[in-house]
Amino acid sequence: MHALREALAAIRRAPLLTALSAAMVALALYVVGLFAVASYNLHQALAQVEERVEVVVYIRDGTADSEVQLLEEELVQMEEVHAAHYVSKDEALARARQDLPEFEELFLDMEVNPLPASLEVELLPGYRNPASVARVADRASLYPFVEDVRYGREWVDRLFLLRRIGGITTTVLGAAFAVVAGLIIATAVRIAVYARREEIYVMRLVGATNGFIRRPFLLEGALTGILGGVLAAGMTYASAQAVSRLIFRVEWIPVEWMVAGIAGGGLFGLLASGFAIRRYLREV
Amino acid sequence: MIQLSHVIKEYPTRGRALNDVSFRIRKGEFAFLTGHSGSGKSTTLRLIHMADTPSSGEVVVCGFSSERTTQREVWKLRRRVGHVFQDFRLLPGRTAFENVAFALEVTGTSRGEMGNRANRLLAQVGLSVKAGMQVHELSGGEQQRVSIARALANDPLVLLADEPSGNLDERASRGIMELFLDLNTQGMTVLMATHDLELVRAYPDIRILELDEGRLVYDSKTPEAREA
Repeated sequence: MHALREALAAIRRAPLLTALSAAMVALALYVVGLFAVASYNLHQALAQVEERVEVVVYIRDGTADSEVQLLEEELVQMEEVHAAHYVSKDEALARARQDLPEFEELFLDMEVNPLPASLEVELLPGYRNPASVARVADRASLYPFVEDVRYGREWVDRLFLLRRIGGITTTVLGAAFAVVAGLIIATAVRIAVYARREEIYVMRLVGATNGFIRRPFLLEGALTGILGGVLAAGMTYASAQAVSRLIFRVEWIPVEWMVAGIAGGGLFGLLASGFAIRRYLREV
Repeated sequence: MIQLSHVIKEYPTRGRALNDVSFRIRKGEFAFLTGHSGSGKSTTLRLIHMADTPSSGEVVVCGFSSERTTQREVWKLRRRVGHVFQDFRLLPGRTAFENVAFALEVTGTSRGEMGNRANRLLAQVGLSVKAGMQVHELSGGEQQRVSIARALANDPLVLLADEPSGNLDERASRGIMELFLDLNTQGMTVLMATHDLELVRAYPDIRILELDEGRLVYDSKTPEAREA
């Protein structure tokens, strides 16, 4: 209780210093927030592209439905496979007509439907990588009535590479931004602690315990960090909204990310206070 | 109450600040610690207050030994030893009352008791009427009285004073000295560091410990000193 009262009193006594500290924390976390929005949107875009990764198994003309059904059942039982849809020759032609209206006349002149029936195999998330796709394709190829298996090997390889690069970049840059934000927060809190070094000195002088001295500072650091985190979340949200309205649509980050960012600000504030005050606790 | 045994204090940059210093101050005694600037007076007080540890030898204060008291436990000693300084070390931007109350609050006095005690302490040092004034509005002598009231917050057994009248005029200085004598009469052990020889001479009954270049060169309580 004393710790909370003292922390709030310290904020009241030096509102400008608290505001400056919170602003420094907010600016540091704002950069992290913008990066989080960018990486979340990149992740979402890649996930959407990934959803289109599928294996198409072309069936030789004249194959009995029962044989195709056997293949479908075996593929669906594979751990990588989410579902398999049969597309008949007629459906394939109808789709081609719809997708390629410029060839409408050509389709009308055809006496025989040249398009094969196929099985479109959807993969589960987490298995849309080159190895899993190749495994499903290899399994389908074993059937003699399978004419061809297509999944755009090069395209899947590139997508997978892009995803890995995206993942590594996000981790490295995210960690770098977090470290920079941590250093800025630590500096802001150190300035706040430095401004109150006389108080710490007097507390030590008259016999306050280290824990008693430390608690209000830890709380103040955490409160400043949380305040900065909330400000940063507001600024990031406003920026995302502005980009959505003026340039292109931007997805807002999940609430858990935002809560984690604000809590991270509080935690950084608390740790930075702990480190900053250690020095003064040794001085008297 | 205070005992130094063969205390040596060395600093990496300054060299030896105290060299084999031994003395003992009994409960309820008043002693001056004199010597030129740099003779080791402040170092001695820092060691007694356990703000620092001796390089060798032992300091024992109110039963706390420098060899066994850790930094985590030093607060227990601080509640038995009050400390006042030449530059007062008061918190700016607070009133006299708030400065004293702060010391009470951080040592766990309840809020209800705090007000009464702070007022009583300020009355003890003759500052009741100025309790609500900001410390920067007070004279040097008055600020020193506030710092003494703060030092008395935890009912200490020992009062250490490091050049308490160094920044004061003669009248204020005498007033502070009378206050210390009054506290001593009530049973408090007082050790006061000063280089003001006139002040020391004005109180011939008070024991003198003189330091020179880190050595204890004179103790008025020894038989040799009494004969001289």
